[in-house]
Amino acid sequence: MMKQSDNEAALIASILAGDTRLYHDLIRPHERSVYMMALSFMKNEADAEDIAQEAFLKAFRNLSTFRAESKFSTWLISITLNEARSRLRRQAIVRMESLDDPPDEGGSVSPALLRDWREIPSEAVERQEIAQMLREAVSSLPTIYRQVFQLRDVEALSVKETAEALGIRVASVKVRLHRARMMLQKQLSPLLKSVNQSPKRRWLPWL
Amino acid sequence: MVIECKHVWGHISDYLDAALPEDIRLDVQKHLEHCEICSAILDSTRNIIILTADERVFELPVGFSERLHARIDRELEEPEGD
Repeated sequence: MMKQSDNEAALIASILAGDTRLYHDLIRPHERSVYMMALSFMKNEADAEDIAQEAFLKAFRNLSTFRAESKFSTWLISITLNEARSRLRRQAIVRMESLDDPPDEGGSVSPALLRDWREIPSEAVERQEIAQMLREAVSSLPTIYRQVFQLRDVEALSVKETAEALGIRVASVKVRLHRARMMLQKQLSPLLKSVNQSPKRRWLPWL
Repeated sequence: MVIECKHVWGHISDYLDAALPEDIRLDVQKHLEHCEICSAILDSTRNIIILTADERVFELPVGFSERLHARIDRELEEPEGD
């Protein structure tokens, strides 16, 4: 089970010894998680890509400071977070958005009421309309909920890791996560239900 | 203890994460067994979480990898030192 980290340690040693081209191989498995982390902060794809590139460059320049006792992926994520945070500070978005965002202690979110739910299989996301519907719903969440949802449910970080990444308490992660999930249920379940029930058979095919 | 639908809704997220204290979990479960509305809310929420987590929903932008590695190449080609 130590394979990936052993391999990474060997790659890092070779890169530091001068074989810098190996850096391409080192980061390939981490491209997605770094980008998604950046996206959870930046909201738009261009900014997220920029943050991700900066983070990978910074990691390269500081590779000699990486300590083998921590995981390379964790180290990369913390660099990405710092990059995203300082960018947000520069854009002063944090201050503006925090005024718009509802506080943690706000009222509860009522779900969409349904009598039954027909399971939508994962293959459904291959349909562009469905993937688009899901993306738009997540993007439309207020920032504090979107960040938590994206880190916890899309990137599969633990509640504790999510709290550390965002610099908030575990209890806040749980509250925000719950609200985010309920907001998505409320918004998406009626839409997905109607998509799911669209008839496969066409009437009067001879017309 | 018999609990109302509204209370169950407040526990859905923790229930899905298996993070409820045992006594509350049992109350919620008992409620779910006879309440089709709460069951449907739970099932739809779980389903939506699974769908949004699918890698095909949030994808890397087209050309992301190429642009990243090109930028790293430029960095590698730079002369020694910052």
